[in-house]
Amino acid sequence: MGLFKRLAETARPVVAFTLDGQPASALLGDTLLTAVLTCSEHLRGSDFSAERRAGFCLMGACQDCWVRLEDGRRVRACSTLLEEGQAIRRDPGRTA
Amino acid sequence: MKPVVIVGAGPAGISAARTLLDYGIRACLVDEGLRGGGQIYRRQPEGFQRTAQQLYGFEAGKAQAVHRTLDELAPLIDYRPRTLVWNAEDQRLDLLTDNRADSVEYSRLIVATGATDRILPVPGWTLPGVYSLGAAQIALKYQGCAIGERVALCGSGPLLYLVAYQYAKAGATVVAVLDSAPFSAQCRALPALLGQPATLAKGMYYRAWLTAHGVPVHQGATLAQIDGVQRVSGIRWGAHTLACDAVAFAHALRSETQLADLLGCAFAWNPLNRAWLPTRDSAGRSSVNGVYLAGDGAAIMGADAAQMAGERAALALLEDAGVATDRHRPAVLEQQLARIQRFRLGLETAFPFPEKWAAQAPDNLTVCRCEEVSAGDIRAVVDDGHWEINRVKAHCRVGMGRCQGRLCGLAAAEIVAERSGRSVEDVGRLRGQAPIKPLPFGVQVQP
Repeated sequence: MGLFKRLAETARPVVAFTLDGQPASALLGDTLLTAVLTCSEHLRGSDFSAERRAGFCLMGACQDCWVRLEDGRRVRACSTLLEEGQAIRRDPGRTA
Repeated sequence: MKPVVIVGAGPAGISAARTLLDYGIRACLVDEGLRGGGQIYRRQPEGFQRTAQQLYGFEAGKAQAVHRTLDELAPLIDYRPRTLVWNAEDQRLDLLTDNRADSVEYSRLIVATGATDRILPVPGWTLPGVYSLGAAQIALKYQGCAIGERVALCGSGPLLYLVAYQYAKAGATVVAVLDSAPFSAQCRALPALLGQPATLAKGMYYRAWLTAHGVPVHQGATLAQIDGVQRVSGIRWGAHTLACDAVAFAHALRSETQLADLLGCAFAWNPLNRAWLPTRDSAGRSSVNGVYLAGDGAAIMGADAAQMAGERAALALLEDAGVATDRHRPAVLEQQLARIQRFRLGLETAFPFPEKWAAQAPDNLTVCRCEEVSAGDIRAVVDDGHWEINRVKAHCRVGMGRCQGRLCGLAAAEIVAERSGRSVEDVGRLRGQAPIKPLPFGVQVQP
């Protein structure tokens, strides 16, 4: 089940992507954050306790929504728009 | 010739760019956002269908005017969206656009970097499902989503009621609004708030609308704990518990000042904002020659004031550059800004800072979510005799993580002040460091 609930703008075209290798779908115009959190419950594991995180500020300040793309790039999920076929990987985080 | 550069395409930056263009100066307008407008007037992505009325409510006309201005300006100036300014020194800004590094030299610079939510952490605030109030609003406005099925909105400040109203109106289930400010504070603030009757009326309208639509509003109610394993399951305050699956909270806003800091601007303690802020004269001139400050990034005054301050700063810049400008306009703008400043005093009375927060924060509360530093870790450093915030940071890493203290810095200072028996002012401010936001590996540098 997802964290976020869609309330409006649900008639947009569907965009397919993969999340940790599993097929998933979202809508055109979604950020990576929206795409991931409408179908699952977190974005990354924290750096010192691998605690689950799902972003916080949504405006590029908190740096707690970084995810990895298949080309190895790490991007802020809140400020990156989803593209067809993207492979998003969630960093499991580390324990100290 | 080196261009005039404006950082930030919110109401302040856009209005500054417009004013400069009116006098023939094509500024370089750099903005981190995809489509400009800033946060409060943030635009939804291309292809979304909601009307401005649905997105911005009473502010629809203002938001549309700001967007229209940017759209008119964009082809006429050097507008650079999706661009982060990550360093500033020696008349040069270092930029990052879509993974490409670049730099721009400036003759004069207007800094309009805006604000983020002011966060006072509560136990459980790192759980998935917990967001800032600004974030909750962005989820709805920018993505058409609520942050959960059953949402609790907490903290204080005008944004609390606005977000609650916007959520309920969009069809979200708002299970509770917890305002840490008591009703008596809002009554005391009335005389000052009456100076801006239209703004006051909007606030009262949201409040009345919530009550009329059965949204429970609790005043003098301080969020004490967010419960959950892996994600939010409920909240606690006083003797109350309530099940919910999402929480948004904040206590008003804080200015983004890192760039002003890197530029060497002088800072002074600002009691109203309870923060160290870059100093400026009434026109927006900073202490550094050729650097001007406007909007919420200089002090929290809201979007209307930001627009006026952007114009005022641009006029000051023109005047300093020897351009003849409208001689009456500056006084008009400064009078309007002074009126808003008085209203701002009233808001601070209506939504007072929760002075007891630091003393009540439990030792195991995570204050810094990047480095996972607890209130107890900070207190241990204070007990070792340290109280200057950068020194405390060096000892326990609070504020040293990826966000550079944007989220935890003010809260950490409150804890240090309370523990050391000093004023928050004395504790000082976290110094800004370049890069002011993380840079990815593999950045392409242009030759």
